[in-house]
Amino acid sequence: MDRLKVNIGNLEFKNPVTTASGTFGYGTEYADFIDLNRLGGIFVKGTTLEPRQGNDYPRMTETPSGMLNSVGLQNKGVYYFAEHIYPTIKDYNTHIIVNVSGSTVEDYVKCTERLIDLDKVSAIELNISCPNIKEGGMAFGTSCVSAAQVTRAVRKVYPKTLIVKLSPNVTDITDIARAVEDEGADSVSLVNTFLGMAIDAETKRPKLSTVTGGLSGPCIKPIALRMVWQVYNTVKIPVIGMGGISNAADAIEFMLAGATAIQIGTYNFIDPAVSIKVIDGIVDYMDRHNIKLVSEIIGKLII
Amino acid sequence: MKVLDFIVCSNEQLNYQNNLIKVTPADNELLPDMHPGQFVQILVHNSPKVFLRRPISINFVNKKKNEMWLLIQRVGEGTRKICETPAGKTLNLIFPLGNSFTIPQVNGNFLLVGGGVGTAPMLFLGKKLNEKGFSPDFLLGGRSERDILQLNDFEKLGTVYCTTEDGSFGEKGFVIHHSVLQNKKYDFVYTCGPKPMMVAVAKYAHENNIGCEASLENLMACGFGACLCCVEKTTKGNLCSCTEGPVFNINELAWID
Repeated sequence: MDRLKVNIGNLEFKNPVTTASGTFGYGTEYADFIDLNRLGGIFVKGTTLEPRQGNDYPRMTETPSGMLNSVGLQNKGVYYFAEHIYPTIKDYNTHIIVNVSGSTVEDYVKCTERLIDLDKVSAIELNISCPNIKEGGMAFGTSCVSAAQVTRAVRKVYPKTLIVKLSPNVTDITDIARAVEDEGADSVSLVNTFLGMAIDAETKRPKLSTVTGGLSGPCIKPIALRMVWQVYNTVKIPVIGMGGISNAADAIEFMLAGATAIQIGTYNFIDPAVSIKVIDGIVDYMDRHNIKLVSEIIGKLII
Repeated sequence: MKVLDFIVCSNEQLNYQNNLIKVTPADNELLPDMHPGQFVQILVHNSPKVFLRRPISINFVNKKKNEMWLLIQRVGEGTRKICETPAGKTLNLIFPLGNSFTIPQVNGNFLLVGGGVGTAPMLFLGKKLNEKGFSPDFLLGGRSERDILQLNDFEKLGTVYCTTEDGSFGEKGFVIHHSVLQNKKYDFVYTCGPKPMMVAVAKYAHENNIGCEASLENLMACGFGACLCCVEKTTKGNLCSCTEGPVFNINELAWID
């Protein structure tokens, strides 16, 4: 299956299909449904320096062809991850990539430092785009100055592959992409969720305890695709595309728009085996179009 | 847990808002052991707007017929579409999900309290208690007589008490007002239904020093512990009601001050 290989920075992925942070737990939640070893990579749940309880219930509501969430990075902290979760996932034959989040630059750095020595964590994805925490998170990803600042600080301590996850809640996502590329990011992944809200007209109350939350699912795909295409045309580093991917055709579209790899997010909830179906579907597409290497698809949009 | 297509064996409209759908695995695979309190996630076909699966608790398992029963309330577009599935068509399920009610080892006075469609898992639980040789009491509540579901099935498994808000059947009022709660001493109470009802039952159990488990119906996306959306505040922090629940001992919940 060498024809499916792609590279992100120094990392070789056996195929371009990975699963998005916050939708795939630590991978083990899906072990009953799929062979995790077939995945290109697993972006594990957003991890912070200290444990977080997340936001109050209700933290999810369905929307047309999608959902809003305001989980708020519930996780047991990076020390718990390193000591208790990492040992249970390190032997999977796929890239384990930890999504790192924080409220201050120092948090991001300290959290990253705890991960450096974990051999099987082959990369980190810097989450400067979570819309659901009060401090930090998306605040870092919505200005070039702060996005550059946190990327620079983490780059200084982290020798392995550094991916920065971008927020779509900005005026021009290409400015942020360029800013983090200039600070040494190896790749950008996009997009995180779109800030949205839902109201119950009968009770006149918001449907989420936090009033606003992050929108994901097929409803965001056209906007995400546009942003991936714009960023691909702006930066030289590889782009990891995501936003509403629910089948192989969607994944191919993101790759044609310029994504080197893709992440499958919310659709894992509907079909826990979708990631494997996307891998198989990409092979089928390549066969039908006489494409030898999957990398030949990247950025091959015909205009 | 697995994802599997099921054939609808029958789909019966029980009243103005509830359907009883009986399903069997499409490939004739034998149903695994399932336990009362567990649930399934049903894929909604033919409705592009409806995105998430719908969590539905297991109402009953007929091992002989290799059949699972799903009691569904038509609440919105998703459950309405599921209830439109005719016999012979398929439903795609992720199952079995969640933990289950504790089955006691020694006999006692057990009360199973269900409100509205929350009576669904109580039938399966009643059956399991029956198999152990126990004869539980059921306390079923609804708005009106037409909301009391599967009465004949419950009566085969134990003594049934009912309340309706309009007094059209059983005692008038909410389940928590039923005279049996004053007249009989129970050893353990199980409950499922609207949250205010479950909280009232939990308080009754707490005040009377009776053990109590409640099955929650929190909104969820995945159903298997990945999305962290369906959390309930507990003594151990926010726990997923899909994997750490849906059944919780009331002592773990932040319901009673």
